Amino acid sequence: MEKFHPFLYLGFVPGFDDFPNVVYSWAVMFFLIAISILATRSLQTIPVGSQNVIETIFEGVASFVEDTLGPEGKPYFSLIFTLGIYIFLSNVIGILPGFMAPTSNVNTNIGCALTVFFATHYIGFKKSGLKYLRHFTGPIIWLAPLMIPIEIISHLSRPLSLTLRLFGNITGEELVLGVLMLLCLQIYLPLPWAMQMFCIFGSFIQAFVFVLLTMIYIAGSLEGHDHDEHGEEHAHTN
Amino acid sequence: MMKRLAILGLGFASFATMATNAFAAATTAEDAEIQKWKIICSAFALAIAASAGAFGQSRSITSALDGTARNPGAGADLRVTMIIGLALIESLVIYTFVICLIIIL
Repeated sequence: MEKFHPFLYLGFVPGFDDFPNVVYSWAVMFFLIAISILATRSLQTIPVGSQNVIETIFEGVASFVEDTLGPEGKPYFSLIFTLGIYIFLSNVIGILPGFMAPTSNVNTNIGCALTVFFATHYIGFKKSGLKYLRHFTGPIIWLAPLMIPIEIISHLSRPLSLTLRLFGNITGEELVLGVLMLLCLQIYLPLPWAMQMFCIFGSFIQAFVFVLLTMIYIAGSLEGHDHDEHGEEHAHTN
Repeated sequence: MMKRLAILGLGFASFATMATNAFAAATTAEDAEIQKWKIICSAFALAIAASAGAFGQSRSITSALDGTARNPGAGADLRVTMIIGLALIESLVIYTFVICLIIIL
């Protein structure tokens, strides 16, 4: 979608013409790393300044993960938090004129989505070993030939839907902003303020949805096993 | 400031010419006809998808608000579930949007 951007600030970086999303993704990453280093350089028990802000965000997300995943989900907090702030900042940066959202390119999104896909299966295998394969066979063992293809397709559609949802939303936002900017220029308004404010909200919702679905997938690979055992016992008693 | 505005204007002028170039690629009359129908089909597809998606989303929000009004204690859970549902409904509209992009570009 980079051809919809009339001008971009980071065009001087070598290789920009081929991979503008990678360049802007690195810009976002540098910003996040710089913020983290600045905030944690002089840690204090009673936080002041930037440490305070970062701690507020951190604790908010931590309590949300705790609510959704329970105490079992604590090891995966870093994955979820990193994905969340990276995607949120990537979405928000596209609202500024002269910047491009890295998430408005499919490749950035499929990177995040495949990370989630492999992470959920790794967590499942780590948690319950080879018994994790029972997730794919359905509640009753003799239904397995029917359930396995369905489960495989549904698992493979997860990264696809994560990718396309983020891509479509952010691309749509950028297109709408571009069109409104054209309109605004005709009535001598510099920027479409109202739509930009709304797009900040939309960017937050998209990052939130991505993170929420990640947590649901992780919860599914963590907890599904007990459920399956119940189903099997149920089948035996029948 | 004026210089920046001028740059902005130039940028959008180039944007407009790029957009017209994309449509000017159709040379023969048949190509022009196909291009026209592509645009019409995409607009209608997105309109139908958006209206149906908006209807579905309105129903889910109505139910969630009803539930919250009856039992305010369950509000937080209902909100999270509602947002998941809205995202799943919305993703269908977004698929249509992506397909429209593929058709037109």
